[in-house]
Amino acid sequence: MSRADFPALDQQVHGEPLVYLDSAATALKPQVVIDAVTNVYARDCANIHRAVHTLSQRATKAFEVSREKTRAFLNAGSTQEIVFTSGTTEAINLVAQAWARPNLREGDRVLISGLEHHSNIVPWQIVCRQTGAELVVVPVTDDGEVPLEDIEAKLDERVKLVAMNHVSNALGTVQDAAGVAKLAHAVGAKVLFDGAQAAPHIPVDVAAIDADFYAFSGHKLYGPTGVGVLYGKKALLEAAEPYQGGGDMIRSVTFAKTTYADLPAYLEAGTPNIAGVIGLGAAIDYVEAKGRAALHEREQELLRYGTEALASIPGVRLIGTAKHKVGVLSFVMDCAHPHDIGTIVDAKGVAIRTGHHCAQPVMERFQIPATARASLGLYNTPEDLDALVRALGEVRRMFG
Amino acid sequence: MNELRELYQEYVLDHGKNPRNFRAIEHPTHVGEGYNPLCGDRITLQLVLDGDDIRDMAFQGAGCAISTASASTMTEALIGRSVTEARAMLEEFLQMVKGEGEPDLDALDKLAVFSGVSEFPMRVKCATLAWHTLTAALEGREAVTTE
Ligand SMILES: Cc1ncc(COP(=O)(O)O)c(C=O)c1O
Repeated sequence: MSRADFPALDQQVHGEPLVYLDSAATALKPQVVIDAVTNVYARDCANIHRAVHTLSQRATKAFEVSREKTRAFLNAGSTQEIVFTSGTTEAINLVAQAWARPNLREGDRVLISGLEHHSNIVPWQIVCRQTGAELVVVPVTDDGEVPLEDIEAKLDERVKLVAMNHVSNALGTVQDAAGVAKLAHAVGAKVLFDGAQAAPHIPVDVAAIDADFYAFSGHKLYGPTGVGVLYGKKALLEAAEPYQGGGDMIRSVTFAKTTYADLPAYLEAGTPNIAGVIGLGAAIDYVEAKGRAALHEREQELLRYGTEALASIPGVRLIGTAKHKVGVLSFVMDCAHPHDIGTIVDAKGVAIRTGHHCAQPVMERFQIPATARASLGLYNTPEDLDALVRALGEVRRMFG
Repeated sequence: MNELRELYQEYVLDHGKNPRNFRAIEHPTHVGEGYNPLCGDRITLQLVLDGDDIRDMAFQGAGCAISTASASTMTEALIGRSVTEARAMLEEFLQMVKGEGEPDLDALDKLAVFSGVSEFPMRVKCATLAWHTLTAALEGREAVTTE
């Protein structure tokens, strides 16, 4: 089974075998990813796109092979549409500053949902302040969904960009991305998807969705931290202003005039996270070998198991009961605050996240200060969820 | 796990569930607002000072067992004391929960039940929220009277 691929699972926490249920925060890394990163530093240690020597050629090739893997992973049309960033956060900020800022003016609107991660809220607040555009929010239903009808109700020709998550990190809700794109395009708006939680859990096809921009992070996809991806339609990326100035993003520089490089280099100034990008390529290979559809199906089964198991504990209330979800179980208990739950289950070796999950508006919507959140990765088993349930029994014994 | 039992002693659980002085004061002289963005804990602390004397102190808000119990025990420990004593206890308390220096556990009396917090670095902020809110209340803002 896959568990043996993840060295971090082979350890004890407080004398108990580690049960890792926090993959939505960051996923554990398989040995092949760790090896790929190590190999860059141990062997192919060179800067890319710059020198004729052999090490640089090897590193450059591996880097560009990762770009092609990423293109195929998203079913993008061209590697020119794949920009490497430091993560989802930077990818969204890049779109906000390089594309939205020059294109938005007073009276325009940016539409987001009430289910967004702070990284898909704050960059738009900033750019709205800079341009005089208005940020409009589509509300969330009691089940934690953002229905297409409600999005449509807020759409008119004033909306220039719709920015929404494909999958919610706080509740696990899966959005009908193709449906959102169709509605946005009908009023002439562009659409960006925050795919940080989608890429690890569901097959993503930017062509089928007809996404204009799509962002995700390597570290949630079993890859290294500090690397992420921005997909953008070529015409839009070409029309973007430079995001950062520096090396690699230029063709020639004189003090009189600088001409810029072609995509994607144009948006990738400076030495990138070479080992990170190559490690991401290894992570994509790993996930593709397992089969994304198969992983999704297996996770859905585990999600059903976990949902029932949690619902059977008296005093537990699940937050986020959308019809279409990935393996995220956000919950509160009537006897204990999420923070206390987190500490007690940790003492049993069970790692979950507690807090607002960088989505304070979601907590406010459900009028709770925080939730406890168990999130699934491809290494999780029914036994892991059993361990969580046992640990929550301990919470009830202490606080009930 | 012993550290866990040290953290959640009966006394702490009791104050977490049934906080003392969990109420509103009608005419406070000082008010402080505390917020821990990490876990969403919020507390409003109200005081009635008469010169250097703490005549009354009460709090409201939502928080975890540690922060609620800490606020509850703090109000019990400080009502009837002077502001000078309160500031001294604050220093001892902070040292204790951060596991720094050599706090005077005798002086802290009942508050010493929070000594187990030092084994849980992620929970120090929960235990100190009420105390930091006290500092904010003492340092500033007189409450507006609505008469
Ligand atoms: C939905 C969502 N968007 C954006 C982010 C930000 O990703 P990163 O911190 O990797 O840039 C996260 C990660 O927490 C997320 O879950």
